Amino acid sequence: MPPDTADPTPRPAVETFRGSGAPGADASTVRALGRLLPFVRPALPRLVGGGLSALGASLAALAIPRVLQHVVDGPLAAGARTHDAGALWSAMALVLALGLAEAGLILLRRSLVMLPGTRVEAVMRGVLFRHLQDLPVAFHDRWAGGQLLSRSMTDLGLLRRWLVFGLLQLVVSTATVVVGVGLLVATTGWLGLVYLVGAIPVTVIVFRFSRRFRAISRRSQDQAGDLATAVEESVHGIRVLKAFGRGRDALESFTGQAEELRRTELAKAGQQARINVALTLIPELTLAVCLVLGAWLAHTDQITVGALTAFFATAAVINGPVVDLGMTLSMTLNARTAVDRFFEVIDTVNPLTDPDDPQVPAAPEGRVVLRDVTFRHDDAATPVLDHLDLELPAGTTTALVGLTGSGKSTLAMLVPRLYDVTAGAVELDGVDVRRMRRADVRRAVAVAFEDPTLFSASVRENVLLGVDDDLPAPERERRLREALEVAQAGFVEDLPQGLDTRIGEEGLSLSGGQRQRLALARAIAARPRVLVLDDPLSALDVATEEAVTARLRDVLAGTTSLVIAHRPSTVALADRVAVLQDGRVRAVGTHSQLLATDPHYRYVISSLEDDAAEHGVGALADATAEGDGDAATTRETTLDDEATGARL
Amino acid sequence: MSTTTAAAPQDAPLSGAESRAARSRSLRLLGDLLRPHRGRLGWAGVLVVASTLGQVAGPALVAVTIDHALPALDDGDGAPLAVYGALFVLAAVVGGLAGGAYVRQAAVISQAVLLELRRRVFRQTQRLSLEFHEGYTSGRIISRQTSDLEALRELLDGGLTGVVSSVLVMVFTAVSLALLDWRSGVVLLVSFLPALALTRWFQKRSQVFYRRQRTASARVIVKFVETMTGMRAVQAFRREATTEQDYGALAEDYRAANYATFSLNGRYQPGLVLIGNLTVVAALAYGGWRVLTGELDVGVLVAALLYVKRFFQPIQQVGMFYNAFQSAAAALEKVSALLAEEPTVVEPARPVALPAARGELRLEHVTFRYGHGPVVLPDLDLTIPAGQTVALVGTTGAGKSTLAKLVTRFYDASEGRVLLDGVDVRDLSTPDLRRAVVMVTQEAYLFSGSVRDNIALGRPGASQAQVEAAARAVGAHEFVMAMPDGYDTDVNKRGGRVSAGQRQLLSFARAFLADPAVLVLDEATSSLDIPGERLVQRGLQTLLADRTAIIIAHRLSTVAIADRVLVMEHGWVVEDGSPEELVELDGRFARLHAAWRDSLV
Repeated sequence: MPPDTADPTPRPAVETFRGSGAPGADASTVRALGRLLPFVRPALPRLVGGGLSALGASLAALAIPRVLQHVVDGPLAAGARTHDAGALWSAMALVLALGLAEAGLILLRRSLVMLPGTRVEAVMRGVLFRHLQDLPVAFHDRWAGGQLLSRSMTDLGLLRRWLVFGLLQLVVSTATVVVGVGLLVATTGWLGLVYLVGAIPVTVIVFRFSRRFRAISRRSQDQAGDLATAVEESVHGIRVLKAFGRGRDALESFTGQAEELRRTELAKAGQQARINVALTLIPELTLAVCLVLGAWLAHTDQITVGALTAFFATAAVINGPVVDLGMTLSMTLNARTAVDRFFEVIDTVNPLTDPDDPQVPAAPEGRVVLRDVTFRHDDAATPVLDHLDLELPAGTTTALVGLTGSGKSTLAMLVPRLYDVTAGAVELDGVDVRRMRRADVRRAVAVAFEDPTLFSASVRENVLLGVDDDLPAPERERRLREALEVAQAGFVEDLPQGLDTRIGEEGLSLSGGQRQRLALARAIAARPRVLVLDDPLSALDVATEEAVTARLRDVLAGTTSLVIAHRPSTVALADRVAVLQDGRVRAVGTHSQLLATDPHYRYVISSLEDDAAEHGVGALADATAEGDGDAATTRETTLDDEATGARL
Repeated sequence: MSTTTAAAPQDAPLSGAESRAARSRSLRLLGDLLRPHRGRLGWAGVLVVASTLGQVAGPALVAVTIDHALPALDDGDGAPLAVYGALFVLAAVVGGLAGGAYVRQAAVISQAVLLELRRRVFRQTQRLSLEFHEGYTSGRIISRQTSDLEALRELLDGGLTGVVSSVLVMVFTAVSLALLDWRSGVVLLVSFLPALALTRWFQKRSQVFYRRQRTASARVIVKFVETMTGMRAVQAFRREATTEQDYGALAEDYRAANYATFSLNGRYQPGLVLIGNLTVVAALAYGGWRVLTGELDVGVLVAALLYVKRFFQPIQQVGMFYNAFQSAAAALEKVSALLAEEPTVVEPARPVALPAARGELRLEHVTFRYGHGPVVLPDLDLTIPAGQTVALVGTTGAGKSTLAKLVTRFYDASEGRVLLDGVDVRDLSTPDLRRAVVMVTQEAYLFSGSVRDNIALGRPGASQAQVEAAARAVGAHEFVMAMPDGYDTDVNKRGGRVSAGQRQLLSFARAFLADPAVLVLDEATSSLDIPGERLVQRGLQTLLADRTAIIIAHRLSTVAIADRVLVMEHGWVVEDGSPEELVELDGRFARLHAAWRDSLV
């Protein structure tokens, strides 16, 4: 979904279009397409060559009938009288030469244009991808996948076709029309001027068409992107749709969207039809006037019959390109929309970049300090983190505890600089992470995300994702084994191809717990100075959790770690606990200290707050069996406690 | 079957028979899509002819005017000029309007076909079983829905216009030539042989090239989608350079595939032109020889040669059409292959109606294995009375999730039966089954749209009050109200602004709203914090009071609200009883329970 509020980085896709004045609209189309120049420049000679070949081929095609007429009427007829076969040979040679030239020039034109067309597209696709990878997570949070995909595939494909066919045709058609009309005016005076008058409404209509068509073209390409997003979501959310039996509703809403796109496309075709009618009708009607006027002029001997014939012969030549102009123009306007949409992303300034004079910590030990940190999403009114201070001393493990939605994950994202703070600073070994190269920060900090992303690659590649490629193979293998062992991911050995089994979307699907363990292994294998684990054990069963915890403690010793925890079992990994509430750290201490002193911590982490739970399962079951009576009262009490806790 | 076919390399060269089957399946689909539009296609053809005639009439009328109306005018008769002038206007109007109407008509057909195909692919995607989706990536489905459809669109939008009028012109010209000088007509006819041979060559190679192009395009899309979806991990682990390299290689393959099709077409088209021009030379040679021998009049030869030349003028357009056709056919091969996939979980032909389920579940000698994999459930016999809350406990791979997937019919049992209220779930219609049985999984996916829309997914058309009540019941109301626009807040892409725990709460609210007879919770509380879990449990106790529930959770706190616990191991139920009974039993559950008690603070 495109962003819905004004925001400096990504712009809303649908609303960006602003209609502009008619003449300006076209000028800006030229300017917009002009932005392609840096990409097209290397291909320019070939494109020009292609244009010339196209021109040559057209000339050859035009020449052949005339030459035929000429050689047959002249030399051949004469040869027939003298029974001279030589005339036939030379005529055949001439026609053959022209025929070969035409075919050869078409071949040349195509082979000249082909390479630049595909290459420009590929280069632009690469540039877009690189830029998208450079843009921060905040950008991707807000831009729907379909909108980016449609830019990368559909829009750039459109541009390729325009470069290969549309651009040349536009140039050739326009040139033909301009030269033809000029010729008409120059040679036939009044008649030519009448024809030129016909060009006035055509020009006006073309401008108006351009403006309207551009708006619709933009809408259609945006809607196509939204449709792609809908497809993507319907597949990514297939389990939910199936679980609730909502396939039909999804189909209905998809149909609604597709129907909207269809309407837009029909509106586009409507505009296209109108311009076609205008471009056929107006010149033809002008010609009708010219016909009658010309007949009268010839009748009154103001022009010769030959001149009149020549006038219409030339007009016939212009006719084709004028009609084609409608098609070519739409193609050009679509290409312009594609360029606009492309540069919308390219022009998005990345606020999260490498500094000009990157620094590296003098003594890398893994100390992290969050100093007076405020973080607010660009489009949000209230900050998630509000003047927060927290220090992670080197080599210690800190658990971050707080209610769901209290900003724990956001805080975790700040450390590897996936987001930048709104105010304050995050320091790694005394250096503000914004003054370091992103790659350096992220080499020092590894994260295991709460929803583990696995890529379509082997288990090995997935786990070694954060390990430098130039590490010797045995060392990589050692780290891999160790990480898998710590994360209790021995199950990978039982996969069909063991560690080489392809997993992720294109491979074997794994359970939530299995994915989480691989994500954990991945973070461990990176051997970072700072390890950020976002609720790393949530999907594990009790026995596995216990085993992982035992091994993880060894690994965490000596590594600065931030562990987001929802449960005491996860907190047990940590030396100290920081309690997050309302965007600030309200208390730091050991688990038992906090349990004794901090009611909010008790509220968040302790199950025993609930009286019923103290009696264990039996009591709980009893309470359930008894119905709502007593159990409800106990729960009320608990809620009161919570309220008190929250107030404190 | 779908898993294996879907996971197979897409570009394995097709054998002759496979290739023919794929092509005919693709053409059948095209015919199928166009059939309802026969009338419209016919009308579009009429419009094209009218517009072509209008355009052709102009020059003819000019010639007639100069030859006849002008002398008449000189004789003082202005009537012919007026008539021809009027006819010229008429031709212009008819030609122009017919041309415009054709553009509209073509778009109507093309858009209707695309809409229908989009819907078919979407419906098919939703219809196919989970098993299929586990092997077929989202990127490939997106590529079917976007770039493959784009190829069809190009054929429908652009191709037809040219080809109808071109073929018409060619037929008219050929007939005129045959009438004028049948011997030149024979030369023209002979020229068809090399043209056909060239077309056959083009067809064979383009089939291969366009298939390669479709595969390459799908790969680029798959990589793109995967990278964008996993951007956080890509950046956090500094994979930008490697990913760019991989993507660059795929994009280069796609470029090369595009180039190959372009270059093939770039030889085919001039080849056709060359054949045309050689035919002109041949006709000139044959005709010229006859002129020399006095058999043929020079004037006739000129006209015949001009006809031959004119015959070949539209051939480039025909070539373009054929090229677009090949491209669309290759794309439709991919689309039709997706449409031909059969779901492994099939809807019954004659479903047994179950308007109001009580919620009694029975598994009779159920055996299950994924595809040809190892047996996950060897032989499960289990009855869950209506209204009972059952907790499944056991290690990963014990078969808990499999059991959940069988009850919800995400998969069908390999052997044995799963019965809901005595009816085999395979005999229930999907709406009935989904109304009765709902599953909430660990992966709580949010769709783009408002919070309300996302909760209302549980029951479309639910009122604001109902949505709110559901949210309150699971303790989601407070944080929703704290969002900028409350229930109207847009949850951004992948629920970016909503924490994992909050996402789980929202998906719980969905289940509340759905109000099923059987609720299956598969690790649905894993990301909740303890207060959140307490709230959900409170809500669950109300919710589950009168319905059947299967709860899979490694948090025994959730298990505590169960009437009955099943401990599973290697697909067998090894302990079965109320939580208290099992604690007494001093078996696996008792040990787990003790460990859990110890972990509490």
